[in-house]
Amino acid sequence: MTALETDLLIIGAGPAGLSAALSAAQGGAAVLLADLGPGPGGQIWRGAKASDGGESGTLLRGVQRQPNITALYGAQVALSERGPQGGHAVQFSTPQGPRRVLAQKIILASGATERFLPFPGWTLPGVVGAGGLQAMVKSGLDVRGARVLVAGSGPLLLAVAAGMRAAGAEVVGVAEQASPTRLLGFGLAAQRGGKVGEAAKLLWALRGVPYWPATYPVEASGGERLTQVELGGLTRRTLECDWLAAGFGLVPDTRLAALFGCALEGGAVKVGAWQQTSQPGIYAAGELTGIGGVDKARLEGSMAGYTATGQVERLRDLPTQLEQARHFQASLSRSFALRPSLRTLPAAGTLICRCEDVPHAALQACPSWTEAKLQTRCGMGTCQGRVCGPAAETLYGWTFTGVRPPLLPLPLADLLGE
Amino acid sequence: MAEHAVVIGAGIVGAACAASLARLGHRVTVIEAGPVGGGATAAGMGHLVVMDDSPAQLALTSRSLELWAELAPRLPVAADYRTCGTLWVASDAEELAGILPKQAAYRTAGRAAGVLDAAELARIEPELRGGLCGGLRVPGDGVVYAPVAARFLLEHSGAALVRARVVNLAERKVRLDNGQTLAAEWVVVAGGAGASELLPDLPLRSRQGHLLITERGGPQVRHQLIELGYLKSAHASDADSVAFNVQPRPSGQLLIGSSRQFGRVSKEPDWPLLRRMLARAADYLPGLRRASALRIWTGQRSATPDHLPIIGPHPDRPGIYLALGHEGLGITAALGTAEVLAADLGGPASPLSAHDFGLRRFERQAVHA
Repeated sequence: MTALETDLLIIGAGPAGLSAALSAAQGGAAVLLADLGPGPGGQIWRGAKASDGGESGTLLRGVQRQPNITALYGAQVALSERGPQGGHAVQFSTPQGPRRVLAQKIILASGATERFLPFPGWTLPGVVGAGGLQAMVKSGLDVRGARVLVAGSGPLLLAVAAGMRAAGAEVVGVAEQASPTRLLGFGLAAQRGGKVGEAAKLLWALRGVPYWPATYPVEASGGERLTQVELGGLTRRTLECDWLAAGFGLVPDTRLAALFGCALEGGAVKVGAWQQTSQPGIYAAGELTGIGGVDKARLEGSMAGYTATGQVERLRDLPTQLEQARHFQASLSRSFALRPSLRTLPAAGTLICRCEDVPHAALQACPSWTEAKLQTRCGMGTCQGRVCGPAAETLYGWTFTGVRPPLLPLPLADLLGE
Repeated sequence: MAEHAVVIGAGIVGAACAASLARLGHRVTVIEAGPVGGGATAAGMGHLVVMDDSPAQLALTSRSLELWAELAPRLPVAADYRTCGTLWVASDAEELAGILPKQAAYRTAGRAAGVLDAAELARIEPELRGGLCGGLRVPGDGVVYAPVAARFLLEHSGAALVRARVVNLAERKVRLDNGQTLAAEWVVVAGGAGASELLPDLPLRSRQGHLLITERGGPQVRHQLIELGYLKSAHASDADSVAFNVQPRPSGQLLIGSSRQFGRVSKEPDWPLLRRMLARAADYLPGLRRASALRIWTGQRSATPDHLPIIGPHPDRPGIYLALGHEGLGITAALGTAEVLAADLGGPASPLSAHDFGLRRFERQAVHA
């Protein structure tokens, strides 16, 4: 396996990674930008093109103009080891086979993952993650005429509902677990943050769709697949639907950072003022340092891109802007804080870990994630805790630890470098 | 009157000792800061294997396997206890020549062992590469998922579990980091690799190992497969070494080992050594190249100079008993260890007491050397 050499490796080509690449490249560094998706954009700008209007298009055109940025798409990190000259050797799995990258410095911009909270019936076909359904539709799933219920928590629900409607689905309602007063708090913060335009666009797209605050799914049922969902909380009712798109907020995707040995704090990657992690030469930017949306991600990306390449003179007022963006982040997490009653949704037999068939009752008896893993094999299956880890953190108050390489199943032949 | 015994460490050895002492009617408290069965117990393969490196090792491992077989019907299903047998594989004439003495040794210990020629070996394990010389099949060997077995032993012993770290070990007193001090007639140190922090003078060295578990869908094997050169790897020298050692899991996954490395503390894999280990495994089992790695981890074995555990009273510290230093055989030898310890503490005599597992043996060995 031949190795690609670069000054700076950026993992993740969403808003944070693209901003980091652009900032870093301005100083002349050789930048390799890798993402597991087929192109740039990440989750939020999936399918973005340089010809697009808006900030994604502007950013992509900027990145394209830099001859010292090389992109590697469809590339998932499998493992990382210390490189021969003190840097890092990162092995990616790509559709074309394994690729090895030798990098002096790394910026992690792996974004967020959606938290799914289990309730009876959640494993029925037709029950999917909110962001998951959005991605399925973007990759060609036909939802025209299908009845879709969107439920869970966070601003993403509205975006998903609008996306489903645009794709021809009948959105039967949006159930948001946060209380009306907390939502009002978010509305005010959004106003201060200059997000009124975005919100108005979404609400216009969703006119006529019922929006139920303080309401959440308590049971999904059906035979072979989903036919109805029972809602609880403020609005109790049972709805017929073909799809339930459920998501309970975003959580930082820290698995990559854990693989690199970066310290975590409160479920996010711990970074200093210059986005540096606890590991020398490794920086982190965007949702993985704390959920805060596109603006925070872009600013952190620029900060990391500059500091990782020694261009501190270009920072100017970035620190001040970042402080404001993080203020918005704090109000977001207060407004959409999960209500404790969601922890009582699973029944004794409700599966929490779907890979290894581990029910709620078996996990309730365990004192920690590690002990649960050892005694019940929760999180030991193919997804390696990607889904059940965040759920278990919320349900049982545990800390998800113990990420083991490789990050995705890796053919032994690739591991051997054959 | 019931005596109070404190067992430090809730790994498989600590749990087995707690269960034995409780059976004698003693009041038992187990101290563990981490998860039950979370150290070497979780990191190991859970191979229950008779080893004949020395008469004491043969006695300890074979007696322990009898005890595992007695315990098996009571173990929970999740403990995955099975007697899949071990298949020792000979790759050359020298290894083949070692088979007959090995078979004789197993038979003296009452363990069945059957010699296979090259054709028979290929027939019962067709995924092994061609050109191997033969093997020794030990059908009574098995596997167990040790973290679940440890928890079972602990819960059924009736011992109290205290989640704390021991900060000081004095005569018949144990001080914990939660401020508590426990008085005990006996303190059993079963702390695996962590025991050196409490008793720094013990002749223990940590020997790191790597394991890899595959996804389902790799080659199918029926036995735990080990190369006969394993002992060379295990005991030859202080240098890093690897050996072919593969275990089929009931799920259809494979556990791949093994490596030995002194003086490495980082939990991250040593990638060059891991690649050596995998290349060795794929040399014996070429179909492994089709398998995918799901998870890779490292663990620490706590090793003594003669590769035998230390079991029995501490010669200079009244009230302190040792049950540690099992290297790679802690899961196999846990039940025999507990039997030896119980015999020391008022329990029935054990056939194992004829062998010297005491700490003093190292002084004698030093004198004779």
